[in-house]
Amino acid sequence: MKTATRWFSRNLIRIYMVLGFSYLFVPVLYTFIFSFNDYVKSNLVWRGFTWNNWKQPCGVLDVCPALGNSIKIGLLATFIATILGTLIAFALGRYAFKGRAVTNTLIFLPMASPELVLGASLLTIFLNLGMNLGFWTIVIAHVMFCISFVVVTVKARIASLDPRLEQAAMDLYADERETFRRVTFPLVAPGIAGAALLAFSLSFDDFIITNFNSGTTITFPLYVYTHAERGLPAQANVIGSAMFFLALIIVVLGQVVSKKRKVGA
Amino acid sequence: MAAVVRASGTATSELKKKSLVPYLLLAPGLLWLALFFVAPIITLVGTATKTPGAGIGEFIQTYRWANYWDALTGASAQFGRSFLYAFIATLLALAIAYPLAYGIAFKSGKYKNILLVLVVAPFFCSFILRTIAWKQILGQNGPVYRTLLDLHLISSTTHLTASVPAVIIGLAYNFLPFMTLPLYGSLERIDPRVLEASGDLYANAFTTFRKVTVPLSMPGVVAGTLLTFIPAAGDYVNAEILGNPSTKMIGNVINAQFLNTQDYPTAAALSFILMIAISIMVMIYVRKAGTEELV
Repeated sequence: MKTATRWFSRNLIRIYMVLGFSYLFVPVLYTFIFSFNDYVKSNLVWRGFTWNNWKQPCGVLDVCPALGNSIKIGLLATFIATILGTLIAFALGRYAFKGRAVTNTLIFLPMASPELVLGASLLTIFLNLGMNLGFWTIVIAHVMFCISFVVVTVKARIASLDPRLEQAAMDLYADERETFRRVTFPLVAPGIAGAALLAFSLSFDDFIITNFNSGTTITFPLYVYTHAERGLPAQANVIGSAMFFLALIIVVLGQVVSKKRKVGA
Repeated sequence: MAAVVRASGTATSELKKKSLVPYLLLAPGLLWLALFFVAPIITLVGTATKTPGAGIGEFIQTYRWANYWDALTGASAQFGRSFLYAFIATLLALAIAYPLAYGIAFKSGKYKNILLVLVVAPFFCSFILRTIAWKQILGQNGPVYRTLLDLHLISSTTHLTASVPAVIIGLAYNFLPFMTLPLYGSLERIDPRVLEASGDLYANAFTTFRKVTVPLSMPGVVAGTLLTFIPAAGDYVNAEILGNPSTKMIGNVINAQFLNTQDYPTAAALSFILMIAISIMVMIYVRKAGTEELV
């Protein structure tokens, strides 16, 4: 009895971690299992195992065009937000200038505002300007809320750099431009890649802001939400699960590559 | 700091010439935020004081500031509910995330990075799909309901979904990674020697935790609770999927007024009140917690 209690108290944190991760992953597992459901109309009750949904992920009307929109919007928004955010991060991380506090506040506020307010206020201005809602208004909105996250991620990477590396490059007669190109930028690059991945996943999964500014354009989260009541096809689960595994593979590969680089250097 | 390093290494004339560079770097991004974040918020304030015009969805600017008061009193129940649910969900998320972050920071050795990836991993599976999954898990045919029923802990007339606890569980679940990552960030920075020193001074494990670990992790607690509370207070997806008509939060009201009834002034007023209310709470909280550096 006493050894059992001791084992328990020694492993308390581990038991807790298992429980915590279970809480995180049970819904993901559920989504994955129900992607194999031989459903009719509504994918709420288990009816038997089938590969059909995975063989025909586009077998339901509208689901693949919605996915296509999400990927296009995600890539465009990530591209623009990563460039704009990285430039700001370099300004904040590398230069002393007036207006720093204002800049920091302007970066922080979008992250501290509920998505609902961001989406609603953008809709208000689009309505007042008489703009047509659709693909481009979604891209504009996504870039807006992704910029701050890119700035914070890249800035953290710049702050963690050892300034002596750049000094060493200068001591070895590299001019500013060359130091940036051959030392600073390669060192910051993993941070930029991480920021881009974060921006893409935020954009790809966004529902609230998109719902306000989408017009008649349907993205994948909008598709899932609007079909949730009438009965969601298992193809949505297939796409959700596939994106999950794809992202996991990309992250793990990224870790392996950066580890190899470190060993090589 | 880097600027200081550079200043000591280069001539002053060069530094002066550089003074335009940061502004050029900032300009495109800040312009985007000015156009699509600041300007919309200002428009929101103006739209809120409009009154109905001739047609449906048409409004004229009459500077009727009483709209704010009308909107607030009309939706005070939903406001109260939003902040209450968000508050409980934040506490729940903190209770789940703290041991998790603690375990990853101190007890995972070489698996640290993998576990960190796993914390964020559920994000990649659409958040609406996961919320619907919760509806199934807690639903009549789901495992939780069946088990509780078999154990006679609930009667067959009880519903786990379409209830307040379901909404709160959903909220805590959705923003858990936002709570865990900042907590991990501040716990990981704690020097293990500080914890050893506490032990050397005859503090037991619990006292060390209470008097050393927790105070040192406060920046993470503040950041994590804010990153959970703010989106939770403005959320309406969980209340929509996991709740019932009497669990409607302020987000549901704003969403319906913008997109269904097209009562833009009321919706704009409510959005602005929500933003101000959250900002005030955040300011009081941050001041009490004594942390300034958030970004």
